[in-house]
Amino acid sequence: MKVLVPVKRVIDYNVKVRVKADGSGVDLANVKMSMNPFDEIAVEEAIRLKEAGKAEEVIVVSIGVKQAQETLRTALAMGADRAILVIATDDVHQDIEPLAVAKILAKIIGDEQPGLVIAGKQAIDNDMNATGQMLSALLGWSQATFANDLDVEGDFATVSREVDGGLQTVKVKLPAIVTADLRLNEPRYASLPNIMKAKKKPLDEKTAEELGVDVTPRLQVVKTSEPETRSAGIIVKSVDELVAKLKEKGIV
Amino acid sequence: MAVLLLAEVNDGVLAMDATAKAVSGAAKLGDVTVLVAGEKAADAAAEAAKIAGVSKVLVAEDALYGHRLAEPVAALIVSLAGEYSHIVAPATTDAKNILPRVAALLDVMVLSEVTAVIDADTFERPIYAGNAIQTVKSSDATKVITFRTSTFDAAGDGGSASVESIGAAENPGLSEWVEDKVAASDRPELTSAGIVVSGGRGVGSKDDFALIEKLADKLGAAVGASRAAVDSGFAPNDWQVGQTGKVVAPELYVAVGISGAIQHLAGMKDSKVIVAINKDEEAPIFQVADFGLVADLFTAVPELIEKL
Ligand SMILES: Cc1cc2nc3c(=O)[nH]c(=O)nc-3n(C[C@H](O)[C@H](O)[C@H](O)COP(=O)(O)OP(=O)(O)OC[C@H]3O[C@@H](n4cnc5c(N)ncnc54)[C@H](O)[C@@H]3O)c2cc1C
Ligand SMILES: Nc1ncnc2c1ncn2[C@@H]1O[C@H](COP(=O)(O)O)[C@@H](O)[C@H]1O
Repeated sequence: MKVLVPVKRVIDYNVKVRVKADGSGVDLANVKMSMNPFDEIAVEEAIRLKEAGKAEEVIVVSIGVKQAQETLRTALAMGADRAILVIATDDVHQDIEPLAVAKILAKIIGDEQPGLVIAGKQAIDNDMNATGQMLSALLGWSQATFANDLDVEGDFATVSREVDGGLQTVKVKLPAIVTADLRLNEPRYASLPNIMKAKKKPLDEKTAEELGVDVTPRLQVVKTSEPETRSAGIIVKSVDELVAKLKEKGIV
Repeated sequence: MAVLLLAEVNDGVLAMDATAKAVSGAAKLGDVTVLVAGEKAADAAAEAAKIAGVSKVLVAEDALYGHRLAEPVAALIVSLAGEYSHIVAPATTDAKNILPRVAALLDVMVLSEVTAVIDADTFERPIYAGNAIQTVKSSDATKVITFRTSTFDAAGDGGSASVESIGAAENPGLSEWVEDKVAASDRPELTSAGIVVSGGRGVGSKDDFALIEKLADKLGAAVGASRAAVDSGFAPNDWQVGQTGKVVAPELYVAVGISGAIQHLAGMKDSKVIVAINKDEEAPIFQVADFGLVADLFTAVPELIEKL
């Protein structure tokens, strides 16, 4: 079985995001970019399936700008076997929407025929939490989102999901789409020798156009603004003062 | 404009707070029909009919919808979709599992975690863990939306909508439910509580987390946690507050032993009053706290419990 993992290049989660003064978006020029943290978890899970003898090959796919090559190299250095880059724009500020990403992934899946797709639960830039579910719909496959445990046995996967009430376990028929939540595993770091080896692993390039997918956004961004900021509060000297302040506010 | 709203139902019981908050958002868009799907759904439907602003309730009672698996519920919604301009739900984990699937089946984009309705096509939603607010205008024929409940007031009661039973849609037969692990609690529910007390890595252990729970019980509060506290096993996953956990906006939020990473702030910075207890005066949580106390939590929290 092949396992396919879509990985997104996003602003590093430690970077302080700045909204551009003209309201046209968030400033992404010259900021550190990394693999979406949930996708690192997804790549790790796929590699573990291979190490456990349950998968033969791990293919990573990224969609967006040419620079997403770096993200794919990181995944290859972690242990993925092969990468596919789909160039869909040359503008780093152009986010490709989940629906378009899912359509592109569906085309690639048509060619590659993986038995399992592990995506991240959410991209930390657009916070959509949608691509896995959309892809599953387009393919008519089963879906198990927000996974914190995954067990592949024969034609089925048993997945424990993090839900509002606690945990839910579902059994899905393969091929399936699973999306990774934070506690699925702890991703490994790529070692230096593996980073060197990754440079020689295959990385194919395609374009969205070649795949026949229209990536025109359905959601037009009218403006991007700063959230309301909280005015600074005070430091109280003691528990007594804290209690007094809360009583003053009438909330305790 | 006609809106179809997927009610939040757990084990046959309507989650009133989440559903009524989504009704407030939906009412700005048009006439609201609520869909109540479940193995048992009649009681939940009767409850939903009482929400002010709801004009009609559709009940789909079938074993197929018992655990609200995404594939059958999405198929049901799509079978009804033709009559509606908007398909909406509160942004619960259930709806976030189901609605993007619905959107893709209709070949439209989904609008996740919408915080404001500008007009029938234009909405605000936070991106980058709430560090930016995007206003987007949808060009799709059907708008599929989840509403972030913490930013909407619950619609009141006093409604008297008609209730109509509908049959089940096809069963895609792709997945099956195995089990739920849900801890019963007498405490208020995290996303609707008036007060939330959260503990972080600073609490140090699962045993010591009892201190956070004791403070919460003293205040009649719900208990929350940072990701680090959940990852370390101090608290269950459903207590996580933040960018990828629950988003809360209570009257009072008390953060204990939490540093205030942006991913945590994303889930609580709209709280009315924020209190932070942390021994590090440089902790970023103090930049959003109305009242900060620089202290060791193991002395400050017991004293606070005693003096409240
Ligand atoms: C993709 C992604 C998603 C994430 N999503 C979330 C999310 O949804 N929610 C979330 O919370 N985090 C999330 N995080 C994690 C986030 O970045 C932080 O790592 C996390 O919030 C830190 O938790 P903490 O504040 O409890 O721990 P720390 O940052 O370790 O802080 C512990 C604090 O406790 C204080 N302390 C220690 N001992 C004491 C004592 N005795 N008395 C008083 N104070 C004490 C310390 O001074 C410190 O400030 C996410 C991260 C990523 C990458
Ligand atoms: N442009 C992209 N390239 C590759 N994978 C993506 C892309 N966008 C989204 N994904 C995948 O879909 C997941 C969820 O993203 P989203 O639906 O945008 O929150 C991510 O964690 C990735 O696994």
